[in-house]
Amino acid sequence: MPDKHFHTKKHDVWLPYRFSAGPVFERFFEGLKAGKILGNRCPRCERVLVPARTFCPRCYVDMGQWVEVSQEGRLVTWTMSTEPFFGMRTDLPYVAGLIHLDGTNCNFMHLLGGFETMDIEAVRERLKGSVRVRAVWREEREGDMLDIKYFEAAD
Amino acid sequence: MMRRVAIVEVALSPAGESADNYLDQVYRVCREVLDKAGITREDVGTVVSASSDVFHGGVSCANAYYWDSGAAFLKNGTRQDGESLLAFSYAVMRILTGHYDTALVLGLCKGSENPDNDMITHFFTDPFYQRPLGLNETVAAGLQMRAYLEHSGTTEEQCARVVVKNLGNALRNPNAHRKGRLDVDTVLRSPKVMDPLKELECAPKSEGFVALLLASEDKAKKLTKRPVWFRGFGSSMDFFYLGDRDMGSGVLAQAAKRAYDMAGIRDPVKEIHVAEVTEPYAFQELLWYEGLGFCGPGEGGKFLDTGATAPEGSLPVNPSGGVLAANPYVSRGLCRLAEVTLQIRGQAGERQVDREVETGLAHGTHGFAGQFHAVAVVGA
Amino acid sequence: MITRDKKGNPILEAEARIPYELALGPTVHRFFEGFKQRKILGTRCHACGRVLVPARSFCPRCFVDMNEWVEVSQEGRVLSWAVTNYEYFGMPTKPPFIQSLILLGGTDCGFMHLIGGVDLSDVDRVGRIVKTGMTVRAVWRESRTGCIMDIQHFAPVD
Repeated sequence: MPDKHFHTKKHDVWLPYRFSAGPVFERFFEGLKAGKILGNRCPRCERVLVPARTFCPRCYVDMGQWVEVSQEGRLVTWTMSTEPFFGMRTDLPYVAGLIHLDGTNCNFMHLLGGFETMDIEAVRERLKGSVRVRAVWREEREGDMLDIKYFEAAD
Repeated sequence: MMRRVAIVEVALSPAGESADNYLDQVYRVCREVLDKAGITREDVGTVVSASSDVFHGGVSCANAYYWDSGAAFLKNGTRQDGESLLAFSYAVMRILTGHYDTALVLGLCKGSENPDNDMITHFFTDPFYQRPLGLNETVAAGLQMRAYLEHSGTTEEQCARVVVKNLGNALRNPNAHRKGRLDVDTVLRSPKVMDPLKELECAPKSEGFVALLLASEDKAKKLTKRPVWFRGFGSSMDFFYLGDRDMGSGVLAQAAKRAYDMAGIRDPVKEIHVAEVTEPYAFQELLWYEGLGFCGPGEGGKFLDTGATAPEGSLPVNPSGGVLAANPYVSRGLCRLAEVTLQIRGQAGERQVDREVETGLAHGTHGFAGQFHAVAVVGA
Repeated sequence: MITRDKKGNPILEAEARIPYELALGPTVHRFFEGFKQRKILGTRCHACGRVLVPARSFCPRCFVDMNEWVEVSQEGRVLSWAVTNYEYFGMPTKPPFIQSLILLGGTDCGFMHLIGGVDLSDVDRVGRIVKTGMTVRAVWRESRTGCIMDIQHFAPVD
């Protein structure tokens, strides 16, 4: 933060939290540990949502059957930053996308990677049109969204 | 017949960094609005404030911290977190109950001393599924912008033109935080912060202390010669996860329809004379044109190109410079309403639009990529 | 990363660390400038005549500006006090310590600060030394930076 020309008091807030995962989220993360992407199906609209949810946000009923979904899909939209920002746990460049995994009925947010360049124009060229992507896993998995390293281009 | 409610006075702080402390700034706008209306704190029936204190202030719970400043002594001060226009709707409802003749509505945000909005909005995310991926509001906007460009055929130049218009408008707004005579190339050449979003297309982090005094019909006629009447309000909430949404203008059309129905508006393009919308990212102004029914789906860029939304156009949008010129994150919706009120009263100074203004619209949005929208219609 | 709590339930541990830089504003700044010179400054309300300390920019009772500055006494009467004997985030000093509201001479509100210079080795016996209504006096730090802890504490006056 730049120095201010008037009198201020620096004040840091530090807040620790422990979020309960609950059984549904826990099972999803157990799936990631095992190298699986788990969704579940709504008994009413029959959509498969991923990551797994406790209830269907559209129908407002409990989700039903668990489904292991495809690790491949179509890139729907993406954005990219070459500047670090707070909350980033990965190396630059940061490329995030919404991915329509095959057999599911929503878009799954994750990172994109495996690119050869940090140049935005080259990435734009690479991700133009309909791009299929596939999950790349970390060797060491611990039950975390980043157990999937990123999605790479599959074609 | 339903009671009528009017905005009788407004006070709005400058959006640039101030050396005053938060409590003093709250007091200043409240004092100003009471003095303008010629009433005392004791004459105020109820107070509703909009603020988000833990992150946008570093104080918890500021709903206790700032009530002395907010003229709430001996009253039922209530705080609203989220979209600040909701504070306006709650105050209107309180007067409509018949229990109060006046209500003070406050929007409070001292952006200059807060961490970056990206840092704060990172904490809006689901800690399990989203936070590890670094999601924040700008990432969501980048995803939304690319989807919009690709689906609608809107160009990056058209998005940049929103910045040119709004920061140009801000030259006439002494309260604006960011202003300038720019051209499209300058916007397009500014650093790509979250491709396809450029730096100049993202709103700054500003201060915004705003106070609106509301009154019932009888009381309003005693307090001012120029009441601005509440005519309609509508809001709507989309799903939380980005992957569950269409990433377009979302639920805005529904929020707008609710407001238009209440206000008896059939053709917004003809019946709305000025609009102030919340566009923290330039392309969103074009998306919101569509959601508000100012043009058809995918036609936001073309509508801008007609010049209709320029200050001299038929439906000026953001003559103040909008949120791109001043972005007090948690009070920006109420700041839009204060600007519209000034336009209807003919008190907007140099930024007063050319056309006659009887009816105006204020829009607010909260949450990523327009998860929540609120629309207020007010008129002379 | 999902871990387990003591009962074996799945949890996610997270933290928020957020930096702020808050404007003092002219009134608060002047109050703390007074501290640097070992002065306690209040302001008088022209409507109700009360002197409030620390200094305020407006009177919370009358809702009018406060412009008249007053240097107030460094001695006052203890209105109430409490002994804290556990650690918490943001504590002013190692426990045990005594927080107190003090009515400083020439003022009309309680001033919050610590009471010190008292034997706290047996917290159950503090009540034999510290009494509501007793007179206390400000003890200043040698090195003062313009903050509320420039006063180390208020000590009983015998």
